[in-house]
Amino acid sequence: MFPAAFDYRSPAALEDVLDSLAAYGDEAKVLAGGMSLIPMMKLRFASPEVLVDLGRVPGLDAVQETPDGLRIGALVRHAELEASELLRQRYPVMAAAAPLIADPLVRNRGTLVGSLAHADPAGDWGSVMLALNAEVVARSTAGQRVIPVREFFTGPFSTVLQPTEVAVEVRVPRPSSRSGGTYLKLERKVGDFATVGVAAHLELDNERIGRAGLALTAVGGHNVVAAEAEEVLAGAEPGPEVFAEAAEAAARAADPPSDVRGSADYKRQVVRTYVRRGLARSLELAQAA
Amino acid sequence: MTTTMPGPEIHGLGHSMKRKEDDRFVRGRGTYIEDVVLPRMLHMALLRSPLAHARIASIDPSAAAELPGVVAVVTGADLAAHNLAWMPTLSGDTQAVLATDKVRFQGQEVAAVVAEDPYVARDALELIEVDYEELPAVVDPHAALRPAAPVIRDDKEGQDTNLAYTWEAGDKAAADAAFAQADVVVSLDTHYPRCHPSPMETCGCVADVNAATGKATIYMTSQAPHAHRTLFAMVAGLPEQNIQIKTVDIGGGFGNKVPIYPGYVVATAASLLLDRPVKWIEDRTENLISTGFARDYHMHGELALNRDGRMLGLRVSMVSDQGAFFADAQPSKCRAGLFHIVTGSYDLTAAHVTGRGAYTNKAPGGVAYRCSFRVTEASFLIERLVQNAAYELGIDPAELRRLNFIRPEQFPYQSATGFLYDSGNYPAALQKALDAVGYDELRREQAEGRAQGKLMGIGIASFTEVVGAGPHKDYDIAGIKMFDSAELRVHPTGKAILKIGVQTQGQGHETTFAQIVANELRIPAEDVLVQYGDTDNTPYGLGTYASRSTPTAGAATAVVSRKLLDKGRKIAAHVLECSPDDLEWQSGRFVVKGTPEQAVTIQDVAFAAYTNHPDDLEAGLEGVTYYDPPNMTYPFGTYVVVVDVDPETGVWTVRRAVAVDDCGVRINPMIVEGQLHGGLAEGYGIAAMQLITFDEQGNCIGSNFMDYLLPTSWETPRFETYAMETPSPHHPLGAKGVGESATVGSPAAYVNAVIDALTHLGVRNIDMPVTSAKVWQAIQQASP
Amino acid sequence: MARITVTVNGADHTDEVEPRLLLAHYLRDKLRLTGTHIGCDTTNCGACTVLCDGLPVKSCTMFAVQADGREIITVEGLATGGQLQPIQQGFKEEHGLQCGFCTPGMMVAATALLERNPDPSEEEIRWALSGNVCRCTGYVNIVKAVRWAAQAMQEQAAPEEPATRQPATEQAATR
Repeated sequence: MFPAAFDYRSPAALEDVLDSLAAYGDEAKVLAGGMSLIPMMKLRFASPEVLVDLGRVPGLDAVQETPDGLRIGALVRHAELEASELLRQRYPVMAAAAPLIADPLVRNRGTLVGSLAHADPAGDWGSVMLALNAEVVARSTAGQRVIPVREFFTGPFSTVLQPTEVAVEVRVPRPSSRSGGTYLKLERKVGDFATVGVAAHLELDNERIGRAGLALTAVGGHNVVAAEAEEVLAGAEPGPEVFAEAAEAAARAADPPSDVRGSADYKRQVVRTYVRRGLARSLELAQAA
Repeated sequence: MTTTMPGPEIHGLGHSMKRKEDDRFVRGRGTYIEDVVLPRMLHMALLRSPLAHARIASIDPSAAAELPGVVAVVTGADLAAHNLAWMPTLSGDTQAVLATDKVRFQGQEVAAVVAEDPYVARDALELIEVDYEELPAVVDPHAALRPAAPVIRDDKEGQDTNLAYTWEAGDKAAADAAFAQADVVVSLDTHYPRCHPSPMETCGCVADVNAATGKATIYMTSQAPHAHRTLFAMVAGLPEQNIQIKTVDIGGGFGNKVPIYPGYVVATAASLLLDRPVKWIEDRTENLISTGFARDYHMHGELALNRDGRMLGLRVSMVSDQGAFFADAQPSKCRAGLFHIVTGSYDLTAAHVTGRGAYTNKAPGGVAYRCSFRVTEASFLIERLVQNAAYELGIDPAELRRLNFIRPEQFPYQSATGFLYDSGNYPAALQKALDAVGYDELRREQAEGRAQGKLMGIGIASFTEVVGAGPHKDYDIAGIKMFDSAELRVHPTGKAILKIGVQTQGQGHETTFAQIVANELRIPAEDVLVQYGDTDNTPYGLGTYASRSTPTAGAATAVVSRKLLDKGRKIAAHVLECSPDDLEWQSGRFVVKGTPEQAVTIQDVAFAAYTNHPDDLEAGLEGVTYYDPPNMTYPFGTYVVVVDVDPETGVWTVRRAVAVDDCGVRINPMIVEGQLHGGLAEGYGIAAMQLITFDEQGNCIGSNFMDYLLPTSWETPRFETYAMETPSPHHPLGAKGVGESATVGSPAAYVNAVIDALTHLGVRNIDMPVTSAKVWQAIQQASP
Repeated sequence: MARITVTVNGADHTDEVEPRLLLAHYLRDKLRLTGTHIGCDTTNCGACTVLCDGLPVKSCTMFAVQADGREIITVEGLATGGQLQPIQQGFKEEHGLQCGFCTPGMMVAATALLERNPDPSEEEIRWALSGNVCRCTGYVNIVKAVRWAAQAMQEQAAPEEPATRQPATEQAATR
C-alpha cells in the first residue's frame, strides 16, 4: 500500500541510465511499466534503494519491422501490441497473447520487455518469445549483447541479465510467409496469471512442418521450451496424429506445481489439450497465409 | 392491501425512480471514510502477526517509536492498562484487541503505530521487534474438536477444548421416525468454503476524541452505527451521550462492516490518549486476512424420501469453523444463525439439525455475507440434496421440487424447525423460470449432446429465505432487540425529512425510503430528504444487514407516515371546518365527502400544522415509530443456470442464468433488479472462484486480489431476471426485503448445473469453488 | 523530494513530492481530488483508474513522479461546467452504480472506451471494463449505462438525425 522510500532517477538519455546502474548495481531497479515492480514495492516485497525510470529515455517506445523481423523497444506497452494490425497479420502468436496479458488497464502501462526481464514463470510473453526464437538486447556501460531468449531465463524471477544491464529491446525473427501461431491461456478470471499457457508457432515448408516453436507457461521454474515436442513436429506431416504426439511430449516437458489452481496432473492435461488445439489453430492460420 | 399506482411526479411504490444519491457519486463527490480529513489528524497502521499460533515472548517498540514522524506505538500491554486489551464479540465471546498473550491467527493485531504520515506509519511497523514462540497451528475444524488438539482459547476460564458452541433445532425423534420409514436416503457431505465479502471499500475509521469537550466523534464504516455506539460505550466505558458515530458514504458492506474490529478500538483509544484525531484505513490484505469472513460450514445432510419422490424427513449435522474468536454477527439466541431454514421450500414435516462450532487458528468473523445469518449455507445444502435425490430416484429435478413444495394454500406455514413462513407461491416461480429458460428443449438438447460426448448441465435452485429480523421476542444483538425506526417531519412548505435507524451501503435508501413516504403521504419523493448514519441525529436502530431495512425500517417509515396522515386529517378538518370523519383521503388531498371542491392538499395541511393548528392538537407534523415486526419475511424464487463443460479441461461456462424472484411488493423495481444482479454475480463468484483457504501452518491463501478472485464483467454471466409479487401479509407495504436473495439462492444453481452436466458419469458432488481442475478431476474419477 | 508539474483536469500543479508517493495519493491527499478511490494493493481492482495522456491507467500503480509533464483526468474532470457527461448521466439513468466506490474508475475506463470505440457491443464493453471490479451491480447495468452513453453521444454528434433510441433497459442479450 505504501512503498518504502527510494531515490529516483529519471534520466533523459540511455547512457545516464547505464551509468546509474553501473554505480548502484543490485541496489537499483529499472522501472519501465512498473506493473509488477510497483505492486511488489507496495507490499514491501521489494524495497530497492534506487529506482531508475526508463520513462524519459527517447527511442525505446517503437515497434519497427525490418526485413529480419520485429524490434520492440523497452517502453512498448502491451496495449500497443494488442492493437497492432502488423502483429495480427504476421505474428499471430503475439497477437493472440497480447489481449490475454493482465487486464486492459494494466496493458496500457506494462511492457513486453519488462515482462521478460521480470521473468515470472507464469508470465505469458516469455513463452511467446521462446516459441518465436526471439532475442533480448541488453545494454550496459560495457556495451551491448544480444541474448537468445532460449538462453535468457535461469529460474523464477531470474535471468542472465546482470544488475548493471538493462534490456532495451526484443528482436523477433520474421517468420516464413506460410506460418501461423496462437497462444492459449487458462486463467481463472481476467487479470489472473496463467494456470497454464501454451505458445504455438508453426512454419510450413511445402506441405510439411518446417520450424515449430512450442513453449509453456506456468509449468516450471520459468517459461520452458517443449523441445522434444518441437523435434517431433519438425519435418513431420502436420495433422492430428503428430499433434497428439507433440502434445504428449510437451506434457512430459511440463513440471508444474500442484496448488489451488490444480494438481500437476491436471496442468499437464491442460498442456496436452492446449498444445493439440494450439497446433491445429496454427496450422489453419499457416495454411490460410 | 391496495396499492393505487400514483403519478410519476410522486414516485410512490412501484416506480423505478432514478436514485437521489447518484449525482454526488457520478461526480466523484461522495464522501467515503478515507476522504475524511480533520485538522491535526494522525495516521495509524497495525502490525499483524505473521504466524497463525504463537506465544508472544516480547515486543520491543523502541526503534519504531524513535522514527521521526512517529507519535506513538501502542501495544496490548498499553491497552491492558486501560482494560481495553480484549473486547466482546457479537456472539458473546471475547476477542483480543491487541494481542497480549498469544497470537491466534495470521494477521492478528499485535501493535499499532500512530504517525504524522501514513507512509511513515508503515515504515515504523518494520522496526517493531516481536519475539514469537511458535505453537502448532490448528487449521482443520474436525481436528480442532479432537481431544488431543492444542487448546487455542487458553485465555478463557474453563475452556479446555476448541468447542465454541453447540446448537440444535427440530425434533430428533420425529426425524428418526421419518427416516425409519424411508425407501431412499440421500446424503451429501459438502464444505461451504470460507469466503470474504470484500466490498470495494475496506474498513476504516477516523476517531476524534476531544479532551476539551469530552466528545468522541467516530467516523466509521459501520452497517450498524447505533449498535456500535452502544457497544463502544460498553467496551470503552465512555458515556454514551458523548459518543457520536458518523458513517459518511459506505463503499459496500455485504456484512463485512457489521462487526467492531480492533482497528476501530485502537484508533479510538489512541485518539483519547493523544487528544488528536486518528485515522485508520485498512489495506486490502488486512481486510482479507483479519476482518469478517463468511461461511466455512462443513455440512452433512441426509434426506429421506419414499420411492415416488415424497420427502419424509431431513437430518443435518454440521461443524462450523469459527476461527480464533467466536465473532459471528448474529442474533444472540442463534448460535448457528438462521441455519434451521434448511428445510427450504419443501413441506418437510420432520427435521433435526445439529451444529458445533470449532475454534481454529484462523481469522474470526462469521459474518452474514449478503445473507440473513447462515441462511446461505442452509439454502445451498437443501438445494444440493434435492438435486442429488432427483438423480437417485430417476425423477426430473424440477419435478421432484414440484412434488414437495409447500403449496400456496398452506401459508402461513409452520416449518419443522420453528419458522412461520408468511407467504409464497413456489410452483409458480419454478414454472416461470423453466418457461423462461426453455427447460424441456434444453433437456432434449442435453440428451442428444451426451450421445456425442458433449457436457451441458441445467441447475435449479428453488430457495426460500428468512429475512427482516425480527420480532423482539426472538431476536436481539447483544441484548438490543431487533426493531427498527423512522422519524418523519413534514415542514411548513410541505417538504419532509425522514430519519432512519438503518444504514445504506449502496442499497439506495435515500431513494427507496423517500418513495415510501411519497406513497403514503403523496409528497413527491423528490421533496423527501432521507437521513441516516449519524447517531446523534437519527432514531435508534439496529442497522442494515440480513435484508432487514425494508422489512423493519421500511415498515416503520410507512407506519410513521400513516401516523402523520391521521394527524393531518384532524388538521385538515380544522382548516375545512368539518369533522375528520367527513374527509376522504384522495391521493394527496383531504376532500370533503360529497363536495369535491372543498379540499386541502397534504402541503396545505403541513402549512396549517405550523400556522393554524387546532387548539386540541400539538403544533407540527412530526412523529417517530419504533417498528417491531410481528414475524420475519420469506422471499423466495427459482434460479436456473445452464452451463457448458469442456470435457478435456473441466472449464465450465455459463450459457444462461435465469432468475425469478419474489420479494413481495417492489418499492423501486429498478433498485430491486440491481440488488438481484449484484447477488447473482456474487453467487457466481462464490461458486466459481472466491476462496479463502489456509496451508498447514495457517498461512492465509487469498490475502489479496491476485489470490482472492473476484469476477469481472468478462466472466460474470449475463443475467435474465423476472419478477413475481406475492405480498407479505404482515408487512405494512407487503414488501419482504431483497438484498440477499440472489447470493443465498444462486450458488446452488451454478453448482447443480455443473453436477447436472456430469451426473450421467456418476458425479454427485464438487465442493465450491468449482474450479476447472476439480471438474476435470471429478470426470477422471467418475469414468476411469 | 522531487519537483513535478502535472496537468490535472486542465489545471497545472507544481509540487514537491517524495518519489515514493503514489499518483493516487498525490491526487487524493495533495490535490484533495478524492473521487479517485483505492480498493486494493495489487493492481487488480481499478477503483483508482484515471486517464494519463488519454489512456486509462491505475493511479495506485504509478508514482506521482512518473506523471511529471503528463496530463491526468480524474472523475472530477469528466463533467464540464457542472454539466454531467453522457457517461455520468448513463450511470444514473441505467442504475449503473450502487455504493459508488468503483464508479469513478468504471466511468473513466468507459470514457476511454467510447473515445476509441463510439459504438461498442456488450462484449466489447465487458472486455474493456474487465480491469475494473464492481461488487454491487453484477455489471448488468454498467453495460447498459455505457450503451446509454454511446447512444447519447452519437445523438449529440449527429443532432440532425433524430435517431430512435432503443430503450437500453432491454434484458441483456443472452449468448
